Amino acid sequence: MDMTQGNQTILKVTGLKKSFGGIKVLDHISFELRKGEVHALMGENGAGKSTFMKILAGLEKPDSGEIYLDGHPFRPASVLASLQAGISMIHQELLAVPELTVAQNLFLGKEHTRFGGKWIDSEKNNEEAARWLEKLGIGISPAAKMKSLSVAEMQMVEMAKALSNEARIIIMDEPTSALSDREAERLFGIIRELRGKGVAIIYISHKMDEIFRIADTITVFRDGRYIDSRPAEEYDATSLISVMVGRKLQDIFPQNTAEKGAIIYSVKNLSRQPAFENISFDLHAGEILGVSGLVGAGRTEMARVLYGLDPADSGEVWLHGESALPDSPQTAIRKGIGYVSEDRKIIGLITKLSILKNISLSSLHRYSRYGWVNSSEEKLAVSKLAQQLRIKAGSLDQRVETLSGGNQQKVAIAKVLMAKPKVIILDEPTRGIDIGAKIEIYHLVRQLANEGLGVILISSELPEIIGLCDRVMVLSQGRQSALLNRSQISQEEIMYHAVPR
Amino acid sequence: MRDFKVAQLGQYGIVIAFVVICILMSILHPSFLTLSNMRVILTQVSINTLLAFGVTFVIITGGIDLSLGSVLAVAGIVAALMAKSDTYPLIVPLAAGIGTGLFFGVFNGLVITRSKVPPFIVTLATMTIARGLALILSKGRPISNLSDSFNFVGGGQIAGIPFPIIILLIAFIGCGILLSKTTWGRYMYAVGGNELAARASGIHVGKIKMLVYTLCGGLAGLAGIVLTSRITTGQPNAGMGFELDAIAAAIIGGSSTSGGTGTIVGTLFGALIIGVISNGLDLMNVSSYYQLVIKGFIIVGAVILDSFNKDK
Repeated sequence: MDMTQGNQTILKVTGLKKSFGGIKVLDHISFELRKGEVHALMGENGAGKSTFMKILAGLEKPDSGEIYLDGHPFRPASVLASLQAGISMIHQELLAVPELTVAQNLFLGKEHTRFGGKWIDSEKNNEEAARWLEKLGIGISPAAKMKSLSVAEMQMVEMAKALSNEARIIIMDEPTSALSDREAERLFGIIRELRGKGVAIIYISHKMDEIFRIADTITVFRDGRYIDSRPAEEYDATSLISVMVGRKLQDIFPQNTAEKGAIIYSVKNLSRQPAFENISFDLHAGEILGVSGLVGAGRTEMARVLYGLDPADSGEVWLHGESALPDSPQTAIRKGIGYVSEDRKIIGLITKLSILKNISLSSLHRYSRYGWVNSSEEKLAVSKLAQQLRIKAGSLDQRVETLSGGNQQKVAIAKVLMAKPKVIILDEPTRGIDIGAKIEIYHLVRQLANEGLGVILISSELPEIIGLCDRVMVLSQGRQSALLNRSQISQEEIMYHAVPR
Repeated sequence: MRDFKVAQLGQYGIVIAFVVICILMSILHPSFLTLSNMRVILTQVSINTLLAFGVTFVIITGGIDLSLGSVLAVAGIVAALMAKSDTYPLIVPLAAGIGTGLFFGVFNGLVITRSKVPPFIVTLATMTIARGLALILSKGRPISNLSDSFNFVGGGQIAGIPFPIIILLIAFIGCGILLSKTTWGRYMYAVGGNELAARASGIHVGKIKMLVYTLCGGLAGLAGIVLTSRITTGQPNAGMGFELDAIAAAIIGGSSTSGGTGTIVGTLFGALIIGVISNGLDLMNVSSYYQLVIKGFIIVGAVILDSFNKDK
């Protein structure tokens, strides 16, 4: 960070309140933003982040409280008023016109014109657009159609647009949610570029590693209240989580109380080119084995092979002394291997169907005779499991698409558990769900291990790998770079082995 | 809880629509609401309903079958060839007709599951293949002089109930049970709802697709027998455009072409609505040209209503 501009406050908020229908969404919010900083706003879902952002962007009006912009009272009456004051919000769903060019999008509504205003001067627009893009070092042609760009590139255009609007404050809401690692890297480059130009950035993201790489300051909201604000280096991932949740770390991650059992599952020299090669590990009954690594390290690809979704090139898998390298998910389920996929909506659940029908889908044959489903037995078994997992829904006939992310994830897990696996592979089981639901899932995972299951936990969230796992396997570019014991597990150790060399 | 009620209401919506149309028709024409006319309507809709049941399975899995009408024709021709007076016992033409339907269903299923060609294209090709074979086998001419026992299937009565209605009832119960009570039915919804998730849940997606296209073909074969027997002639040009009526019945009945939804009860009422409207319009001497236009609007209306329901 450029320290010369580091102390100049550009935006100050005190005592901000907002209620919707009698429910307090924001209660005495304070916030201070300095020129040229990346300020991460953290909090679980429902903490009030998005309402706060909307007030700044002029989309909502506060009930009471003060906002000062450059020391002057500021109360945005509309989006336009915010834009004119230099506050731009880059939306999660990008609001670009796909059929228009980059330049046309950039100057939409404020085109450079000739002959008194209606005749668009395309050349000038393209030149100007090129100038703004170049300022940010974005290598995109102004004449390219918006729809030909990747999500990351569209986002960069949005940022150039914000800059062309003379934005001094840019609000970014989960900007990397649709980006690959490399694209995110470019985005960070541009964010740093903007910061260098003195632009202040309010950054919302659930991805911890990102926050620590990009943020200068972190402010935490919880339940609509301001909780804490400090320089980013005073936090680490685990302390930040406990501030966000308002609980001690011991309460977030359950302690391992059970004895490690015998080896039940062995993977030997498993390879599938080009995703991964020569992966070997043993899994004990009652053990949670973490699988860590950067995106593209081969974690999900390995899980897909273990579950029979993709074939292996070579290698052996043994479960209770029986060969268990499945050729299809059916075989995997029959052998006692369960997989909760990282993408619930794409390969995890059938969202149009009810909770009941989703949960029993993998084990329906056990509740049917000659193809005839015994619905009362099915319902009994499913409702028992739904209660155990505390799935919150009006009825089991509710369609899965109407549930919250956390409850959907529980349905996906219940489906796998219903098939009575001996080994369960969980791929990013807490992605996109709020911290309350995450904690419930952590306890569930530990409970499953205590009941004697072997658990393989793939996760990009280091705190959950560190807090929950008994051992950790680290993958790097498709190779097994480390297998760490409980005492060796730390953020530094994992990152050391995860980064390719 | 509220979602549950809306879903139920959606199911009754089609029944309510049917009742309203019936009341309207009986006001507009006094002879609509007579026992004999009801018998006519049910007999008329029986063929379309058999096809519609089959295509409902296919649509639920996210597919489509455009070959129904032609498969019906070729199955009818094959049955007629085996049903000439004093040749084979009744079981032979019946088995041959249904077998022909099954054969084309298996063909559709194999091509669709073994290749990446979309069902729309595959069944479009089957449509012309089956039509061509119907013309080749019949040498382009109607086949008449069918045995009395064969003609009973489409023209006979048991206790005053026309036999096609009995076939319709049996098919309704059978298909309804298959879809709502068995694992196969459940898996059809799963495959249409999300094929990747169905596979990852351990469902053999290919088998389910084979099953639905085969069933659909078999039901088209059965419909071919009923039609041939009812008109006591094997007609190579029979069933032109029937696939569209069948698909329309399924969609009016609540099946979504994007897959994952639909019921046999819904499809039955969808077919009944189409049947009742064309019967009513017939009674009122509305030209069949106008009937086409009206039918088109009903389909659009049904789909729009359905899309409103989904937005809830």
